[in-house]
Amino acid sequence: MASKRKTGAGGRTVGYALLKMRTVIALIVIVAAFTAMLATKGINFLNPLNLVTVAKHVAITGIMGMGMTFVIITGGIDLSVGSVVGICGMVAGGLIRQGLPLDPFGVTIYYHVWVIILICLVLGSMIGVMNGFLVTKLNVAPFIATLGTMYIARGFANIISGGATFPDLQGKPELGNTGFPTLGTGLFFSLPLSVWIMIAILAIMTYVARKTPLGRHVYAIGGNPRASRLSGIRVEKTTTLVYMFSGFCAALVGLIVSSQLVASHPATGESYELNAIAAAVLGGTSMSGGIGTIGGTIIGSFVIGVLSDGLVMMGVSEFWQNVFKGLVIILAVVFDQANQKMNMRINVADDRQAKKAA
Amino acid sequence: MPSTSAVVSSDDPVVLKAEGIRKVYPGTVALDDVDFEVHRAKVNVLVGENGAGKSTLMKILAGVEQPSAGKIILNGNVIRYSSPRDALAHGIGIVYQEMNLFPNMSVAENLFANREKMKRPGWIDHAFEERKASELMLRLKQDIAPRTFVRDLKVGQQQIVEIAKALVEDASILIMDEPTSALSKPEVEVLFHIIEELKVNGVSIVYISHRMDELMRIGDYITVLRDGRLIDKRPKAVADLHWIVRTMIGEETDKIFRAGEHAIGGTVLEARDLRLPSTTGRMALDGISFKLRKGEVLGIYGLMGAGRTEVLETIMGLHENATGDVILEGRELGKLGIRERIRLGISLVPEDRQREGLVQTMSVSSNMTLAGLWRIASRGFHIGRKRERAKVQEMISRMSIKTSRPDSLITSLSGGNQQKVIIGKNLVTEPKVLMLDEPTRGIDVGAKAEVFHIVNDLASEGIGILFVSSELIEIRAISDRIIVLSRGYVSGEFTREEATEENLVAASAKPHP
Repeated sequence: MASKRKTGAGGRTVGYALLKMRTVIALIVIVAAFTAMLATKGINFLNPLNLVTVAKHVAITGIMGMGMTFVIITGGIDLSVGSVVGICGMVAGGLIRQGLPLDPFGVTIYYHVWVIILICLVLGSMIGVMNGFLVTKLNVAPFIATLGTMYIARGFANIISGGATFPDLQGKPELGNTGFPTLGTGLFFSLPLSVWIMIAILAIMTYVARKTPLGRHVYAIGGNPRASRLSGIRVEKTTTLVYMFSGFCAALVGLIVSSQLVASHPATGESYELNAIAAAVLGGTSMSGGIGTIGGTIIGSFVIGVLSDGLVMMGVSEFWQNVFKGLVIILAVVFDQANQKMNMRINVADDRQAKKAA
Repeated sequence: MPSTSAVVSSDDPVVLKAEGIRKVYPGTVALDDVDFEVHRAKVNVLVGENGAGKSTLMKILAGVEQPSAGKIILNGNVIRYSSPRDALAHGIGIVYQEMNLFPNMSVAENLFANREKMKRPGWIDHAFEERKASELMLRLKQDIAPRTFVRDLKVGQQQIVEIAKALVEDASILIMDEPTSALSKPEVEVLFHIIEELKVNGVSIVYISHRMDELMRIGDYITVLRDGRLIDKRPKAVADLHWIVRTMIGEETDKIFRAGEHAIGGTVLEARDLRLPSTTGRMALDGISFKLRKGEVLGIYGLMGAGRTEVLETIMGLHENATGDVILEGRELGKLGIRERIRLGISLVPEDRQREGLVQTMSVSSNMTLAGLWRIASRGFHIGRKRERAKVQEMISRMSIKTSRPDSLITSLSGGNQQKVIIGKNLVTEPKVLMLDEPTRGIDVGAKAEVFHIVNDLASEGIGILFVSSELIEIRAISDRIIVLSRGYVSGEFTREEATEENLVAASAKPHP
């Protein structure tokens, strides 16, 4: 009898562990499948050069996804990030190509690249603050508020250049604004800078989420805003901060993408917000708030990145890529439901045992 | 108190009998050979602590669950049924504790939900449904139009719609699971009237409640369950509160509701002329002043809407439009926010545990430390795992919270244990003033006793305690002093000796001067 129960419990833990690791397992399966399938075509999916390319794509989704994850954990959503990518790229491109013309004085100011980066990051953060203001002070539903800023930011991204592309963002030595492409193409220990940025944000945010009062507060607000307020949490400030950070991450991506292309186009970043949301959801973030991890989102980003790059290498059309991406997302959520049910059961069972023991 | 209840003799006819009912869940025996009788046209009260098996027994009677053994005899015939619908076909209806209504649908539509009266296939007979709904509302003496949306009804009215649902199919036995838990005092009165009338019409009631005063008032037979067994049953005439509580928990009541002895010090908190406009234009608080001393348990008694919760919320800093002074240890708090007030030593255990107390997505541990992270985190920044764990363990053992792991989800705990977590959460902030708003609501007697015990301990440590309760027995037992609120002002103040039930009730009903 006793031994029987033991195996039962053991089976439960194994099943539970598998379920918990589902995204990682999915990632491994996908990588293995592509490696095998591409090998038949004589392509090595796992060659370092290819992996670096995948990592660069993952970084784009990952950085935005991490900002998005905190927003979703507070029970919100940020649809504006794709447009923030666009507008920040355009502002950077415009400042490098055309500078800031000050008509009354008849001069044009060309900033150093560092200053341009700073301006763009502040701009993205400010759009985030605006989202936060709309959501917390004016009580606009997050979906609607960020839908609005999404259109506004995209509109301005086009207005800046009249819809045209800013090409050749190398800068001019005589203007002292060279060096922008380094952000996108530079390597550090043979990894692209964008990947290092993703790793840095991952480390910082994981620490914040797990080990600081701020992180705890983010989770609490998504779980129960009223109880959070009564616990002395500054719900409005914290929520605004989270939107601000999401805008900041999007601005970073805008800079990285423009830098990689050495050009900025006003349509850049369209539908990126959906990839960011998908990465978070794949990583186990609950759309109803309160649940999710930063690490999960990165794994989710890898799933999306590997999937699309692998399919491209397989020669699968873009249309079919979307079908696969959609299926993977739905599957992930179905598994998530199963996981939550299991969590609940384990909790209740544990509690019953505790009571018996007491 | 109404002068109802003619003496009930034990040989009132039995309409429904459950014999030798046993229910086994994996790992636990929820019911163990229980014989339960429902007397015709009487209120058959079922009491017991959480986990005693009341809900299981009810679910079996209502057809929601099937017994592992035993039989159910209706009017002398053994009957079998496998769903609530079958049960209703036999005339057994149930009114759930949580309301199962559709707020976006009309009263009539709710009454006939999933048993719509059809004119022909695909065609609902709305006229019939609405006529029937009107009749029922008339019978229940409610002025509710059948087309009213349920979301536009008050909670009490919704509860009545819930009852009407069971009556649509002429239930002759009505099971009510804590029907008053969400009702205000006047609404409870209406419900009790309805119950009396149902009795006159021959409907038998099975009534479950944690509120002793209610059971004593409307019960005809009282059956006590403990640990899945039927312990005792008495007609109301020979039952008293003392007997109920003792039978429920198997201990003497004096041990439960016993006030501790604690030294009372100087003033820790003073409220001066608190005023708060309410949404209806009336003043929710209309010039409330009082002082709370160190180590004192100050009870606040009053009817629904008297302003009890608002007083605590105003002291906590929840109402920005409140006026008046809150003075903590000589310091005027002015416009300080909740966060600052918590750091200065004010804390609140809110009335609505689920909506305002807990973060359901978080663990026991995270809930416990949520308000006091600033005390635990080093330099207000880094939450050390060891430090947090130690604090949580300290609270778990101090509150004797029953949980296997602090990492369990808070929702896996029983109501009483959840309440203890919330009290623990407030203690982590190391408060000087602890405000408890109906802390014993919806928890069983055993947990109530523990809450009392904790409150006494805290008072003897010198914490000033504001204890709001609408249960006379509790508030009289725990308080060193009681103030009574009525319509937003202090209508009476009593020492422990003066605080008789008559005095408190009289003061709570005083009109505004």
